Amino acid sequence: MADVILKNVQKSFGRAKVIHGVDLDIRDGEFVVFVGPSGCGKSTLLRLIAGLEDITGGDLFIGGERVNDLAPAKRGIAMVFQSYALYPHMNVYDNMAFGLELAKSSKADIDAKVREAARLLQIEPLLERKPRQLSGGQRQRVAIGRAIVRDPKVFLFDEPLSNLDAALRVQTRIEIAKLHTDTRATMIYVTHDQVEAMTLADRIVVLHAGRIEQVGTPLELYHRPANLFVAGFIGSPQMNFIECTVAGVGPGEVLVSLPGGGTLAVPVQPDGVQAGEAVTLGIRPDHVRISADGALTGRVELVEELGENHLLYVDAGQGRRLTVREPGDARHEAGSTVSLDLAREFCHLFRGTGEALRSRTNATSPTSPDLASSAA
Amino acid sequence: MTSAVAQADVPVPHQARGRRSSLTRSRLRSAWLFIAPSLIILAFIAGWPLARTIWFSFTDADLNNLNDYEFIGFENYLANYDGEWLGLLTDPDWWHSVWNTVWFTAVSVSIETVLGIVVALILNAAFPGRGIMRAIILIPWAIPTVVSAKMWNWMLHDQFGVINDMLLRLGLIAAPITWTANPDTALWTVVMVDVWKTTPFMALLILAALQMLPGDIYEAAKVDGIHPVRVFFRVTLPLIRPALIVAIVFRALDALRVFDLIYVLTANSRDTMSMSVYARQQLVDFQEVGVGSAASTLIFLIIALLIVVTLAAGRVRLGEDPR
Repeated sequence: MADVILKNVQKSFGRAKVIHGVDLDIRDGEFVVFVGPSGCGKSTLLRLIAGLEDITGGDLFIGGERVNDLAPAKRGIAMVFQSYALYPHMNVYDNMAFGLELAKSSKADIDAKVREAARLLQIEPLLERKPRQLSGGQRQRVAIGRAIVRDPKVFLFDEPLSNLDAALRVQTRIEIAKLHTDTRATMIYVTHDQVEAMTLADRIVVLHAGRIEQVGTPLELYHRPANLFVAGFIGSPQMNFIECTVAGVGPGEVLVSLPGGGTLAVPVQPDGVQAGEAVTLGIRPDHVRISADGALTGRVELVEELGENHLLYVDAGQGRRLTVREPGDARHEAGSTVSLDLAREFCHLFRGTGEALRSRTNATSPTSPDLASSAA
Repeated sequence: MTSAVAQADVPVPHQARGRRSSLTRSRLRSAWLFIAPSLIILAFIAGWPLARTIWFSFTDADLNNLNDYEFIGFENYLANYDGEWLGLLTDPDWWHSVWNTVWFTAVSVSIETVLGIVVALILNAAFPGRGIMRAIILIPWAIPTVVSAKMWNWMLHDQFGVINDMLLRLGLIAAPITWTANPDTALWTVVMVDVWKTTPFMALLILAALQMLPGDIYEAAKVDGIHPVRVFFRVTLPLIRPALIVAIVFRALDALRVFDLIYVLTANSRDTMSMSVYARQQLVDFQEVGVGSAASTLIFLIIALLIVVTLAAGRVRLGEDPR
């Protein structure tokens, strides 16, 4: 068990700088997920922590010890690779035992550890098999087992589920969450899948182009994204963005003029925003309602039925496309014209720099828009 | 749930062979059509000479007149005249050449394998100028054997050779050594030149195998803190074993029929004579096509036997997926 502290950690490959000074405190026993688009540096950051890449600048502490110059094996970590990285010629048992044989543990000790891990992961019947005789999910479990037997202070996962099919991904995700609950070990997990990030993480670190965009609990990131990038990255379908201008500023609200002609008072701290300034209004698809006399009108381009809800893609003019998520089956067809209402208490405002204006209430948004409207 | 997953990936056996569909039949037809040309050519250039050699080995044919010969059965191999055993199988020179060849093959291929692995591991590491090193190391192998053998002959010359000169100057020897003529050094000299020449080939085959290995398992080993030497013996070596055995078999096949290197370096010297040199001597120098063919046939059988033994020992099934 250990905390992991990164202080201004940097990494360059030759002249290309890929990690631009990352500061991060990962608490003991915390499950932290690094998430971001491909090429954002999340895997590189994990490999820096693992010691598979050398840190160009800054300091890395694991359990209070500076480990910049320590070999991976001395850092008290175990890593699960995306490709599983199993030794193809060894059976499952040997794959898990191989890393232990050096640690001067007795044969009986190793055997006990391997069997305990196998029991935990329910791979006991597979111990004699070679990796090629296993399915993807089984291989991944062996890879996790190999990490468990080392009894590490910190588990590192590098996109461990991306080679699995959808059903297995959900199942293995739950098992990893359970492993975290059981072991209470510090875990750092890299993924590009925001569902994995939201479901597994105590805290999510959103990375973009080698920098941290925001660190927070899943719901913090969802409800109070710090900037345009996080707002667009977290949440599916993506948040709608509407370019507009500030019409006026009041205490605890900013009045914006919408492209359709209407205005909307958004309850955020003005923070020095001036009338006439260009801002981006962001609203999630769940908070755009179809109403008789909404602020915006548009033509339905496409309808996607998902069963429990449906998505409408609405062309609101000038190439502006809004996504609307409504419960139940669709009541509108492609081609029909609809009027859209924006739930102002769920609107986010982003300045030209991409930075979000703080919400007035500073509380997490209500869980359901219906509750919110009934409260209002 | 585990048991369900456990069963999901059990390989499905190939469809039982029953009546073939017309699609399968037409595929088989085109497959035969495609390999027919090479089969025909092989029959002409390999099958026919082999069959003819085996036939000649049962005759008393003479190089002067290949049309006039008689079938004499196994007499070229073994015959009994008035209680005295004669024939190839009783010729001490033949058995000496067999021993020379086998010894040469075992020693040179062993050295080449070890050196080849070392060179391949070095070339597999990332260092500046690796590409040019890979090209340079192939030069000995690219030079025609006769040329390099002649070259070594001059370098090893007892009076004018550069090697004796260097060793004398360094004070390592008191008098020049007749490397290729001295029975104590001749075969070792042949081995040395062969190692110089064919290690690059070995290294290249092993390098190709090394480059097929997945990189992630080495990172996993690094994270687990396994010593590199242990990683080599427990991970790398088992994983390249199939390729290594194939490389060894290739080299052994080559070494067992060694001719040019030994012939150029030491001519018909009995100390270094290989099976092929012996067969050539019978066939050409002594004009005994029958005996020479018998020797060639035995070479064919000995090589086939040794390769089967090697493959069995290496537990390699050709065509099997190494992983």
